[in-house]
Amino acid sequence: MAGHSNYVPQSAAAKWLESRLPVISLMRGSFVDFPTPKNLNYWWTFGGILFFVLIAQILTGIVLVMHYTPSTGAAFDSVEHIMRDVNFGWMLRYLHSNGASMFFIAVYIHIFRGLYYGSYKAPREISWILGVIIFLIMMGTAFMGYVLPWGQMSFWGATVITNLFSAIPLVGESIVTWLWGGFAVDNPTLNRFFSLHYLLPFMIFGVVILHVWAFHTTGNNNPTGVQPKTKQDTLPFHPYYTVKDLFAIVVFMIFFAWFAFYLPNYLGHADNYIEANPLVTPSHIVPEWYFLPFYAILRAVPDKLGGVVLMFGAIAVLFILPWLDTSKVRSGAYRPLFKQFFWIFAAVCVALGYLGAMPAEGIFVTLSRIFTAYYFAHFLIILPMLGFLEKPKPLPASISEAVLKGGSGQPAGAAAAPEMK
Amino acid sequence: MSTMIKMVRAFAAVASLAIATPAIAAGANVEIDYQNWSFAGPFGFFDRAQLQRGFKVYRENCSACHGLRLVAFRNLAENGGPSFTEDQAKAVAAEYTVIDGPDDFGEMFERPAILADRFPSPFPNEQAARAANNGAYPPDFSLLAKARAAQRGFPGFVFDIFTQYQENGPDYIYSLLTGYVDAPEGVTVPDGQYYNHSFLAGEFISMAPPLYDEAVEYTDGTPMTVEQYAKDVSAFMMWAAEPHLEDRKKIGFRVMIFLIVFAGLLYFTKKQLWRNVEH
Repeated sequence: MAGHSNYVPQSAAAKWLESRLPVISLMRGSFVDFPTPKNLNYWWTFGGILFFVLIAQILTGIVLVMHYTPSTGAAFDSVEHIMRDVNFGWMLRYLHSNGASMFFIAVYIHIFRGLYYGSYKAPREISWILGVIIFLIMMGTAFMGYVLPWGQMSFWGATVITNLFSAIPLVGESIVTWLWGGFAVDNPTLNRFFSLHYLLPFMIFGVVILHVWAFHTTGNNNPTGVQPKTKQDTLPFHPYYTVKDLFAIVVFMIFFAWFAFYLPNYLGHADNYIEANPLVTPSHIVPEWYFLPFYAILRAVPDKLGGVVLMFGAIAVLFILPWLDTSKVRSGAYRPLFKQFFWIFAAVCVALGYLGAMPAEGIFVTLSRIFTAYYFAHFLIILPMLGFLEKPKPLPASISEAVLKGGSGQPAGAAAAPEMK
Repeated sequence: MSTMIKMVRAFAAVASLAIATPAIAAGANVEIDYQNWSFAGPFGFFDRAQLQRGFKVYRENCSACHGLRLVAFRNLAENGGPSFTEDQAKAVAAEYTVIDGPDDFGEMFERPAILADRFPSPFPNEQAARAANNGAYPPDFSLLAKARAAQRGFPGFVFDIFTQYQENGPDYIYSLLTGYVDAPEGVTVPDGQYYNHSFLAGEFISMAPPLYDEAVEYTDGTPMTVEQYAKDVSAFMMWAAEPHLEDRKKIGFRVMIFLIVFAGLLYFTKKQLWRNVEH
């Protein structure tokens, strides 16, 4: 981090500060002079995009809280007060609610980039594990945020998800009562969710710092998976990657604005514009789209406890992924068999998402079971075996060699976006 | 740049599948009669005369049972809405009675509504509404145009991202209002209910057909038909549910122009900075 900067303070004030708190050289070492592989493609910009979305969510959220009332009697109307009476309140709220979806779109791309290029492998296991922790906190934050408008889906989604804990043997019922702060989802539940929804983003921010610290210690991965060897393989982060990331962020903002301004309710559910009513159950309770693959896994198992275990297992398996993948080669670009299984896995995840939105009956249940089994097989059977069965392509000697040969830091013939080949 | 184009394409393909699934709602087999709405698309706007007509239909035909509790009388005179003059909105408000108080003697009292008041609901609570309506609860209109959506199905929900289709609510309301047809052969309609082929919650609805030709007097020559009333009141309900829709689309367009120009400038800046780097 700081060690990467050759910064020497010039002014008296800078010298004074540097000898007491070397924050300037720390920032310069981390985000200005930091040596970054020169062959990072645009899939690598999603880290910067995620940082932008996190900050945007925190800023819009802080202002929304100034107008929101966390109480079962007033929450729904206070959101409508924001939409109708607060100056640009509609914009803040649509940016925040769609921002949650944007956060998950970006994080899923970011995770799949890591899966494809082997960013979880040694020496970046800690960075990967911290990333999975961020993902978990994000899911908690988004779930609790969706409860705050106190619409029908807020209420029934909260009821269904918190009830999952009742599957735990012996103490399950007590845990659910403890989570609710009562015997049903009610005012205490809404209040604690509001409190945690405000707290967790700052915890995410903290873990993000650790996540960046970890891969700044090991250096970035890159599309070849080959560690930088000489100075020719890297570029200073600024201006090369600041401008590239900024360009990507603005392109992402166009996509974001398309939804926030023109399709603000597309990603939500119409039932959430009906105020929560504990006496009326919606005909079809569905979570937000970003939870659908996990919801499909939950419902694939006929046993409640089994479903809950598998659903959490689907994320838990990511923690041990660095030790499940036995291949010595990091980047999927040099692994012909892995590449095919990667895309099958991606398609299975999308299919699970679709099945999560379908009613749990007939063919949908059967397919959910097949794809759930495949999801776990990918991590627990396919990845461990591929390392032994697969014959990887020869690796380039260095990043520079790969760049000169292949154009985009990849072997000849491999496109930068390998799925488009 | 070709990398970028490939990425965008790959992204669009995966994203459209992954993100589009939530548009699926209950109610698979309802008939939706899709309409052309002035407020659809990136340059959509409310037709002032239509909103005024829709308000007239609401007031004379629906307001006896359906509330509008989140809309204030001042909203009627605000930009982006029916654009009544302030005096007209005041006159509308004065026709409603609201309960205020307590006064200096501790008594609640009735007074005519003013611009700052919201529309008083026709029933004091849900139980009273059900008691007066044969057990059925007439929903409040304030958000109904955003709280109802018929299933779009695959691949319709994917195309909706590109066509910016967000008019599920008014299309459903229009279809429901014009969806009272004769029950098919062999179907017995329960007493006090009516057959409607567009109703999301089942085939029988407790609301009697609310509109009939020439029920509301239009003075501007607009046809006084059920279809026209249904369309006008659906548009009015969309405004009631999303009063800042016009602002949102106008600002959205400016945001888009700004971002696209900014992205273009950044792209060339990036290209210039990276011109001597093999990557």
